[in-house]
Amino acid sequence: MSAAEEVVTEAPAVEAVPKRAMTLGYGTSLAVLAALILIPLFVKNFIIFQMTMLLIYGLAVLALNILTGGSGQFSLGQSAFYAVGAYTSAILMEHAGMNYALTLPIAGLICFGFGFLFGQPALRLSGVYLALATFALATAMPQLLKLGYFEHWTGGVQGLVVTKPDAPFGLPMGQDMWLYYFTLAVSIAIYVASVNLLRSRSGRAFMAIRDNEIAASAMGVDVALYKTLAFGVSAGITGVAGGLGAIAVQFVAPDGYTITLAISLFLGMVVGGVGWLPGSIVGSAFIIFVPNIAESISKGLSGAVFGVLLFLVIFLVPHGARQVAIVAQQLIAKLKKN
Amino acid sequence: MTQAQLAQGNNPLLAVRDVSVVFGGIIALNGVSFDMRSGNILGLIGPNGAGKTTLFNCLSRLYQPSSGDILMEGKSILSRPPHRIAEIGIGRTFQNVALFPNLSVIDNVRVGAHARTSSDIVSDSLKLAWVRRGEADMNKKVHEILAYLDLESVAHTVVSGLPFGTQKRVELGRALAADPKILLLDEPAGGLNHEEVYVLGDLIRKIRDERKITVLLVEHHMGLVMSIADHVVALNFGRKLAEGTPAQVQADPDVIKAYLGSKDQ
Repeated sequence: MSAAEEVVTEAPAVEAVPKRAMTLGYGTSLAVLAALILIPLFVKNFIIFQMTMLLIYGLAVLALNILTGGSGQFSLGQSAFYAVGAYTSAILMEHAGMNYALTLPIAGLICFGFGFLFGQPALRLSGVYLALATFALATAMPQLLKLGYFEHWTGGVQGLVVTKPDAPFGLPMGQDMWLYYFTLAVSIAIYVASVNLLRSRSGRAFMAIRDNEIAASAMGVDVALYKTLAFGVSAGITGVAGGLGAIAVQFVAPDGYTITLAISLFLGMVVGGVGWLPGSIVGSAFIIFVPNIAESISKGLSGAVFGVLLFLVIFLVPHGARQVAIVAQQLIAKLKKN
Repeated sequence: MTQAQLAQGNNPLLAVRDVSVVFGGIIALNGVSFDMRSGNILGLIGPNGAGKTTLFNCLSRLYQPSSGDILMEGKSILSRPPHRIAEIGIGRTFQNVALFPNLSVIDNVRVGAHARTSSDIVSDSLKLAWVRRGEADMNKKVHEILAYLDLESVAHTVVSGLPFGTQKRVELGRALAADPKILLLDEPAGGLNHEEVYVLGDLIRKIRDERKITVLLVEHHMGLVMSIADHVVALNFGRKLAEGTPAQVQADPDVIKAYLGSKDQ
């Protein structure tokens, strides 16, 4: 056996799992960033709007990825946090006349608090039971938003109309393009912060809990604290995404934030690769564009076509975009060698 | 270090005082007492069901004794939750290896340093200067431990694919990263072959000698316990049967009857 150990110690080349599977390489990151900066200069406003939504849902998927991929907790309730973020921004802009950019950190903080508090009872639940509890939250949220009691602020069933901001400092760009670049800047900041977080002491605590709670606790990790923190961080980022979403679509209404949204985000996470942050944008692209593709294939059976496409993804690449990235990486390495 | 030892005088590092644990109507531990002296390797032996694991779980705060007390450097640890045991210098390993399977070897050891470092999610997200400094200091210590346990070449490998013997070393490294004063080892020889058990025995002794760590060894493997322990406590049916040097305990008629006798059958 010690001989076998030596074989492993001396031949780390058999290493099956890449060292830093959490992020993209430096070159790839720059290429993706360049594409995200340049493409809007050459496309129509509607596509710019769709790219803005791509980033926004990407953020929401990233948030779920931190919760599930990072700390191992399931949530089907992300639409509730998204809704709270969206309404916070909308109410602050329309009732308090606040600047749109300032509403986002407030939406994030309120959702952080909401998620942190929701995380407390969720501590007693795990796996499917936690998924069901968050599901209940997602189902309750649209009805809560319709309550007559809050109608003065929320606009009840009607919802609220939000004004789209103009580009500041007299920049020569349209509202859509300005909002896109604004969203891109926010997304990059949140992505970088999330990568930092997952690579830090706190991130390791999240992943330790995901892998083995008792061992994590024996190492001094306060399991309850970090589990609720993960919920808070996830909800906070989802809240910012919700706020951006409200500004981008210029409208909030209870029925925009149903359980369907939460399931879409969950789907996006799985398609992107659980625990792989760059996959979030791929997952977001899947939930935004694949339904359209399905509709273009068959109008009447778009749901069925979508189902078939989803089946194909799950069967062919069960680990999602992450798996595709790893295969591509290996292919490139092989080509370089030859 | 010498100052601390002087101040400590004759007091034990860890004292188990009349600890009883009752589950429903079953008495799992019945008034067990013993002391652990600084720098010793204490072997805790006993047949299956003797209460070894129950006692171990009391020390690591997973169980609460029904009566009695456990003192670390004179202070009771019974009001501490499990996650606040590492910070007072009690580290542990698990019976069948409980690593974080999806993390690399180095990240497993880094988690071990959790109790000896501090941070908050905002500073971590922003990678503030003090966080970077703390991580650099911690990484230095972690690399020292990896080198000490000959794990550097697999540092970035995910642990789930490593051989069992290597995983056990990673677990030791993870426990060492918290700078423990006492290391609790729960059946470390389990699943190892004859040769590996003796390699492990040497390693445990080396850790005690070079890193000045007191060791509590809960073990089935009599050969290992008798060869490396300074002091042995034998349990049976939740009671302490005998206590003394390995030779004394091995010669104790009650121990022979309860443990060695029943083992031969």
